[in-house]
Amino acid sequence: MQGIVDAFAPLYAMWQSFEAFMAGPGSPGLLGYWIVVVLMMTGFYIVIAHDNLVKKIVGLNVFQVSVFLFYILMAKVSGGTAPILADGIEKYANPLPHVLILTAIVVGVATTALGLALVVRIRNAYDTIEDDEIQAVEEEEDT
Amino acid sequence: MTPAEATAAAAAAGDLMILAILIPVIGAFAVLALGRWENARDAASLVTAICLFYVVTQFYPIVAAGGRPDVVLLDMVPGLPIRLTLEPLGMIFAGIASFLWILTTLYAIGYMRGHHEENQTRFFFFFAIAIASAIGVAMAGNMLTLFVFYEVLSVSTFPLVAHHGSEEAKRSGRVYLGILLSTSIGFLLFGMIWTWEIAGTLDFVPGGILEPEMLQGSMTAILLALYAFGIGKAALMPFHRWLPAAMVAPTPVSALLHAVAVVKAGVFSVLKVVVYIFGIDLVAVAQGTDFLLYVAAFTILAASLVAMRQNNLKLRLAYSTVSQLSYIVLGAMLANEMAATGSAMHIAMHAFAKITLFFCAGAIIVFAHKTDISDMKGLGRKMPVTFFCFFLASMSLIGLPPFGGMWSKWYLSLGAADADKMIFGAVLMLSSLLNIAYLMPVVLYGFFGKPETKADDGHHDADDKDGHGDDHHHAPPSHPLLRHLSFGRAGVADASVMCLLPIVLTSTGCILLFFYADKLRNFISPVFGG
Amino acid sequence: MSAIYLFFLSLPFAPMLEPHLPALQVVVPLLAAPVCVLLRDAKLSWLWALIVTWISFAIALVLLGKTLSTGLIIYEMGNWPAPWGIEYRIDAANAVVLVIVTAIAAVTLPYAKASVEREVPRPRIYLFYLMYMLCMTGLLGITTTADAFNLFVFLEISSLSSYVLISLGQSRRALTASYRYLIMGTLGATFYIIGVGMMYMMTGSLNMADLATLLPAVDHTRTVLAAFAFVVVGLGLKVAMFPLHTWLPNAYAFAPSAVTVFLASTATKVAIYALLRLVFTVFGGTALFDTTGINLMLIILGIVGMFAGAFVAIFQNDVKRMLAFSSVSQVGYMVLGMGMATAAGVAGSIVHLFNHAVMKGVAFMAVGAMFYVIGSVKLNDLAGIGKRMPVTTAVFLVSGLSLIGTPLTVGFISKWQLVVAALDAGWWYIAAGILLSSLLAIAYVWRVVEVAYLKAPPEGSTGRTEAPLSMLVPMIVLAAATVWYGIDGNTTLDIATHAANALMQSVAGGRP
Repeated sequence: MQGIVDAFAPLYAMWQSFEAFMAGPGSPGLLGYWIVVVLMMTGFYIVIAHDNLVKKIVGLNVFQVSVFLFYILMAKVSGGTAPILADGIEKYANPLPHVLILTAIVVGVATTALGLALVVRIRNAYDTIEDDEIQAVEEEEDT
Repeated sequence: MTPAEATAAAAAAGDLMILAILIPVIGAFAVLALGRWENARDAASLVTAICLFYVVTQFYPIVAAGGRPDVVLLDMVPGLPIRLTLEPLGMIFAGIASFLWILTTLYAIGYMRGHHEENQTRFFFFFAIAIASAIGVAMAGNMLTLFVFYEVLSVSTFPLVAHHGSEEAKRSGRVYLGILLSTSIGFLLFGMIWTWEIAGTLDFVPGGILEPEMLQGSMTAILLALYAFGIGKAALMPFHRWLPAAMVAPTPVSALLHAVAVVKAGVFSVLKVVVYIFGIDLVAVAQGTDFLLYVAAFTILAASLVAMRQNNLKLRLAYSTVSQLSYIVLGAMLANEMAATGSAMHIAMHAFAKITLFFCAGAIIVFAHKTDISDMKGLGRKMPVTFFCFFLASMSLIGLPPFGGMWSKWYLSLGAADADKMIFGAVLMLSSLLNIAYLMPVVLYGFFGKPETKADDGHHDADDKDGHGDDHHHAPPSHPLLRHLSFGRAGVADASVMCLLPIVLTSTGCILLFFYADKLRNFISPVFGG
Repeated sequence: MSAIYLFFLSLPFAPMLEPHLPALQVVVPLLAAPVCVLLRDAKLSWLWALIVTWISFAIALVLLGKTLSTGLIIYEMGNWPAPWGIEYRIDAANAVVLVIVTAIAAVTLPYAKASVEREVPRPRIYLFYLMYMLCMTGLLGITTTADAFNLFVFLEISSLSSYVLISLGQSRRALTASYRYLIMGTLGATFYIIGVGMMYMMTGSLNMADLATLLPAVDHTRTVLAAFAFVVVGLGLKVAMFPLHTWLPNAYAFAPSAVTVFLASTATKVAIYALLRLVFTVFGGTALFDTTGINLMLIILGIVGMFAGAFVAIFQNDVKRMLAFSSVSQVGYMVLGMGMATAAGVAGSIVHLFNHAVMKGVAFMAVGAMFYVIGSVKLNDLAGIGKRMPVTTAVFLVSGLSLIGTPLTVGFISKWQLVVAALDAGWWYIAAGILLSSLLAIAYVWRVVEVAYLKAPPEGSTGRTEAPLSMLVPMIVLAAATVWYGIDGNTTLDIATHAANALMQSVAGGRP
């Protein structure tokens, strides 16, 4: 186990220096935001590039999750705990984005459910869930 | 009527103008309701036409005495109402349109029945709507109102042009509406809104609403060009194609709409814009407007030349109309009192002459089944009344005394001299010669040509698209008098009385206008006095 | 309008309801929608939806009357004061949009009954009305709320329900159209919340009025710039602003007729309003408004959309699809008016919002009625329809003329206002562009007119068969409105000017 961790140590060190470079001196880490951006672009790319309708939905989910992460990251207060009021807790993360993103998660679930339901119906109607094949059929219908 | 009385009467006549526009609309719906009963429907058309003319004549004494009936309806956009005002130019246009509508209705009933046209109810419905909008154009009190009725006129005449529904009719309908809507939306509306931006009003005011200091540089010329070309109904080249295209329509449509209502609405609008929006003084001094004169002159000559080459009589008349309309535009653009008077008079003179010519062309189509001039050799001996009237109207168009057409040309030439642009006087003279060249052959062929014997054994039945065989042109002279006039001579089989009566009346009108031109002039002169 | 408000005040229950009208506007259809599940029956749920939409319409009219007589209405949800609580704000601008949405909803429902029974399987009809009310809820919510995140929630409510509504179309292509709209719509909405999140990061507020005061202080940061971009693109997708319009044509073409009528007249309009609100009231005070050249961008996209939409429409053989592309073109006019960023231009946008809702509603209703009777809206199948369905075709003609912008129809009023606005600002070439693009409309409208009136009906067609009266009457009512507000453009332009002034208040430098 330790061997694996050690193997990645140089990579991690490289990442740390990269992060420090990107953040500039004295600013909080931007790693989280970088993850958001990478996830967002990954999801977006899947939506655009894949012809499989289910994969598009997966991509859409990744895209949305990146936004959830984005909201949660922005709620973080340096040194703050979870926003649960208890004795002795002075500093806590901003709870509002958490609440907002709960709503967004619900919306995301609804979208995914509806999208998948549509894919099932499309599969029944077209016998395929590949977008390029569907488009070929539709173009034929048009002419 | 004293001026004071006229003002009082004018105030009372405001609502009467709304009535004048509503009468044909009501008539149109009466036609629609009576569609099943042919006679009742046609009677409704005729009664409507007579009512309208009666109402329009009521305005004459008021306007002649200097009254300007005026009524303001609701605001269409803030500060810009639908407004009706009647002044001498509009009075002339409304009077001509409503008078000729009666005759055309008479003629159309005879024509449509004689030609066994389909969809007659639709035809008479849109016919009435078109007249309502023509009256609206005549009575418009500001540019917006004029534009509104102008567009209604374009759209309501489309079903008339495309009446037959054939491929050719559809194509022509497309050209017709395409050009008229494109020019009016693309140029006229643009010019109008621009004017509204500059002047803050669109009312027709004697002397014009645009002042020289509002327009810098070539703006006057650009704006004037937007109007001149935007009013596509004036058929200034290169936007004249719709007029020949519209000749696929039944002849009464060509007669009334394309000799009177539609094209006259066009040149009338040009005249109104020059007189009441710009003011003739502004147009006279503005830089760079001369090119419009050349465009008009070119249109006059080029259209005449094209007309000479047309073998189809209706097409020849259509190009002749294009040419004649530019007389009026030319007069307006010369921008002095004489020329503008000539323009206004030419609206009346050309209306009577051209409608006669179209009536004759239609009579020849219905009763001799001929559309091509080369087929008309000797036809004049068969239809003497028709061809004689054609001759009279041609003389008027050429501008010879004792016909009305002489006076308008006279004043236009004087206008060209006044403006120190004698070249346009020369254009007018040249064009008169061209008129002779394309109109007289029809008459000469008709009276002196030798009918080709082949022409009688039916090869020209190709022209007779409906292919009905019941009333062929070899109809025996024993036909009932109401159907054909025979004069008791063998071989004479002129058009039915329903058709001949309007023809005779309008050609008489051409002569009367020669003797009453003075009255017309006095009636118009206050327009330029202020 | 204020007369309606005064009449409402004279009612016995008015004092109790009056303060809560802004909330009721959204809450009534929201709570009413699930009742359909209990009703189950197609007829009963139709009747229920009819009652609810007409009540909503009445509320919207009273609200418009109130804003026009007393000005801005502020309603704090659950009595939490802004910026902590969610606030509803109703001014002249969104009151107009509320009236448009509810009026179209109310007029479409009588029409929908026969049409839906023909196009949707009977056991699912109650779900149709449920979704219809939810969609209306979402649209009304977007319009009333003054909270940027709340707007997202309502955006998704309306979007999710409209995906379902579109997928109810008869053809299998309705499914793919709905799916594609779902993907695009979700991307758009997500873009929007990314933008909102960034604004929240920089200001700590979600209240629009609050944001408008806080943003100028931080408008030099890249975060706010990105937020602006995300918001404009996200809402631009919903607006179907060129080139983000690709979902629209199929969605409109394959949805059930009643859905097309409703969505075409309301959904893009509400999105336009949301965009107007965000761009002008939230970002209006920031320097971004000038530095990003957003107005020039909107003008260019608007003009390109105007031409591209109309041009593609000319070549469509399916009339519903043709009208959908025409919508893309018409949206271009609204975007263009917005891009002018003057009170006159925005007023042109808003008046076109109303006018286009009315005329496109008529057009889609007429096409839906044709589909009801002959089962197709392909151009070839419409031969001689003018003889077979004279009333429907005449109504279509009215809306067609309005799309062209001939006088005496509402289309002329919109065009007039937009051209005047363009000339006011000295952009004569934009004015020329607006007029030229209407020439393209002649081409596509006239293709239908020629087929409808000048082609003989096919052999064996059964004489005159009109759609049922329940479809004809709403159609005629809207067509009458098309003509009436085309003659009396003063009323609508007056309200639109009020609305534009309300929106433009916070724009930098107090633009005229």
